[in-house]
Amino acid sequence: MVTSNPPSSDVVLEVDNLVKHFPLTTGVVVKRQVGAVQAVDGVSLQLHKGETLGIVGESGSGKSTLAKLLMRLEEPSSGKTYFHGQNIYDLQGKALRELRRNIQIVFQDPYSSLNPRMTVGDIVGEPFDIHPEVVPRGQRRKQVQELLDVVGLNPEHINRYPHQFSGGQRQRIGIARGLALRPEIIICDEPVSALDVSVQAQVINLLEKLQDEFGLSYIFIAHDLSVVRHIADRVAVMYLGRIVEIGSEAQIYEKPTHPYTQALLSAVPVPDPSVRGQRQQIILSGDVPSPANPPSGCRFRTRCWKATDKCAQEDPELTVRPGSDHESACHYAAVREDVVIQH
Amino acid sequence: MATTEAGIAPRPDQAGLTPLLEVEDLRVEFRTRDGVAKAVNGVSYTLHEGETLAVLGESGSGKSVTAQAIMGILDTPPGFVTGGSVRFRGQDLLALPDDERRAYRGRSIAMIFQDALSALNPVFPVGWQIAEMYRVHEGMSKKDAKNRAIELMEQVHIPAARERAGDYPHQFSGGMRQRIMIAMAIALDPDVLIADEPTTALDVTVQAQIMQLLADLQRERNMGLILITHDLGVVADVADKIEVMYSGRIMEQAPVHDIYASPAHPYTKGLLESIPRVDLKGQELSAIKGLPPNLTNIPAGCEFRPRCPYARDICKEQRPALAEVVPGRFSACHFAQEVLDGDIEPAQQ
Ligand SMILES: Nc1ncnc2c1ncn2[C@@H]1O[C@H](COP(=O)(O)OP(=O)(O)OP(=O)(O)O)[C@@H](O)[C@H]1O
Ligand SMILES: Nc1ncnc2c1ncn2[C@@H]1O[C@H](COP(=O)(O)OP(=O)(O)OP(=O)(O)O)[C@@H](O)[C@H]1O
Ligand code: SF4
Ligand SMILES: [Mg+2]
Ligand SMILES: [Mg+2]
Repeated sequence: MVTSNPPSSDVVLEVDNLVKHFPLTTGVVVKRQVGAVQAVDGVSLQLHKGETLGIVGESGSGKSTLAKLLMRLEEPSSGKTYFHGQNIYDLQGKALRELRRNIQIVFQDPYSSLNPRMTVGDIVGEPFDIHPEVVPRGQRRKQVQELLDVVGLNPEHINRYPHQFSGGQRQRIGIARGLALRPEIIICDEPVSALDVSVQAQVINLLEKLQDEFGLSYIFIAHDLSVVRHIADRVAVMYLGRIVEIGSEAQIYEKPTHPYTQALLSAVPVPDPSVRGQRQQIILSGDVPSPANPPSGCRFRTRCWKATDKCAQEDPELTVRPGSDHESACHYAAVREDVVIQH
Repeated sequence: MATTEAGIAPRPDQAGLTPLLEVEDLRVEFRTRDGVAKAVNGVSYTLHEGETLAVLGESGSGKSVTAQAIMGILDTPPGFVTGGSVRFRGQDLLALPDDERRAYRGRSIAMIFQDALSALNPVFPVGWQIAEMYRVHEGMSKKDAKNRAIELMEQVHIPAARERAGDYPHQFSGGMRQRIMIAMAIALDPDVLIADEPTTALDVTVQAQIMQLLADLQRERNMGLILITHDLGVVADVADKIEVMYSGRIMEQAPVHDIYASPAHPYTKGLLESIPRVDLKGQELSAIKGLPPNLTNIPAGCEFRPRCPYARDICKEQRPALAEVVPGRFSACHFAQEVLDGDIEPAQQ
């Protein structure tokens, strides 16, 4: 195997068969459960110290839900997540507070994730209220200003409110807040999708620098596959609540074996108008299935050009497949290179 | 004013036709406690039927505020339009009283908002919110409106639309909410669609479908599209022409092919160089150093000067106007020609 599996002592987070189903109800007055959205359905993965695990995939495939489960902002329907060997869903009181200090999240939506009635200084400094031991009271303002400076915001704007900043500026506020407690793990849920490429480059450089400096581990969720490729050491591809392929950055981007990954890579728009319309793009036909009622067998089969009867009957396991050295959940996994991004 | 006229040159094939939308010398400021923030400082552009104009630019450069001013939904106060005009098929919208202006909103010009969650009302089901558009604007019956809403949700690829029409915004993923916003914006079949980051929360396969949907609408109805986005891949795929904004002004304007092939402004050049590339994996990304100017105190001279690798003395003293470099291409840089020709070295620091 090419993927080095570092000794398990290196594992900071281990996710074991995590499941989250949201009840689906009808009726306005009397709610009746009619099913469940299978937002996350049996996800297992490991995160190593100092590494960046990229997560890409279908919109609605459960990436943000997974992130919230790892932060314990949602409770799982079943499954476990071990942080330094302890199942985080068993933690309470002080141990839970400690966990929340060590795992931070930077959210997808820079608009709704910031309280409009708090100043930027209060937002970035709020983690210190919950964890007063980190920075002495008298030092807080200075610390907050330093954090603003680190993420490229003007420290003088400490008394402004979120609505006075642009979308991209607000995203940096979220990152400053995420950094405040010097966590071990930062989960970034589309941290740069609201940023222009130049600021995006700054933020990515910043995240990489902080990682080198503090040995941080990142889970980096994003739709921009070029960005993920740049920052990630390993990449997991999600579809409808499950990981369908996982491997090193090079394995996923250069030797993708799952049809969904291949479709995804083929759809990446190329920043060069002279090749407009020339790239061969795999068009996925068929409707996106509902996560409340996923297809039998392989969940991707309703949109897959390779699907056979076997795919409808047997759920393909996420495992190393012949002819490749990383895990893929496709009965007919096969390396395909014509979809690889060239730029 | 030469600065503004430069920005409204029609495409040769469209010359003589009344443009769908003409923005001229638009100015917006925010009167805040910290002073007056000049968010939009003389923006001009034209949009013709069937045309796609991409607006690029630094976050905070005034892209959304320009769109809000065009739509007439500026946050007033503290925001005020302090100058310029917005003509829709020749009619200056800024000169209209509020109630007349409202009639244009949604039908003539519609907008997909950047912040999908806060633009949706959290206390109503999403299907109801879309249906409301048809009830209010088209007087449809409740039942018809609901069915239209579900159809539209299907068109933007919401799985199990019928079952999920009764769900509330927080029950949808980020990308789904974005698609709901798109559905609401195209509901009334607008002539101009302003799409503010319409696909940032979408995976690339759904993004491709949505862009295709917008392209189809555009073709069928000859809709004009203003696409505000940071995604240089999407822009390369769909735009006819590009405006690059910085600090509330247009820094460069050109047809899409020209800009990618050879930018004529150092800011555009910096943007294109910041795109992560496969062959640069493991290296630091090239980024434009520094911060955009504080809009309450924009320095004299060129707004980009403090961050510009090519800045010379003149850049400190004179603000470069947006001027034609070669036919059809405009740049607001004293050294536009040199930048375009690749004929300039970074200044000694
Ligand atoms: N609170 C909730 N109640 C009901 N369903 C939910 C809730 N939160 C999420 N879901 C559903 O779970 C599924 C996964 O959502 P999630 O936000 O995790 O997707 P995602 O992969 O982050 O998508 P995106 O890329 O669009 O952000 C979606 O079908 C979503 O509608
Ligand atoms: N309500 C407001 N009050 C005060 N200032 C505002 C307000 N809305 C916007 N601004 C300011 O106007 C400037 C332009 O903001 P705008 O939202 O147009 O940026 P943008 O180009 O759309 O950026 P992004 O790419 O991040 O969305 C910003 O500096 C912002 O701080
Ligand atoms: S298992 Fe079958 S349906 Fe699933 S991806 Fe592979 S070929 Fe397609
Ligand atoms: Mg999400
Ligand atoms: Mg904006």
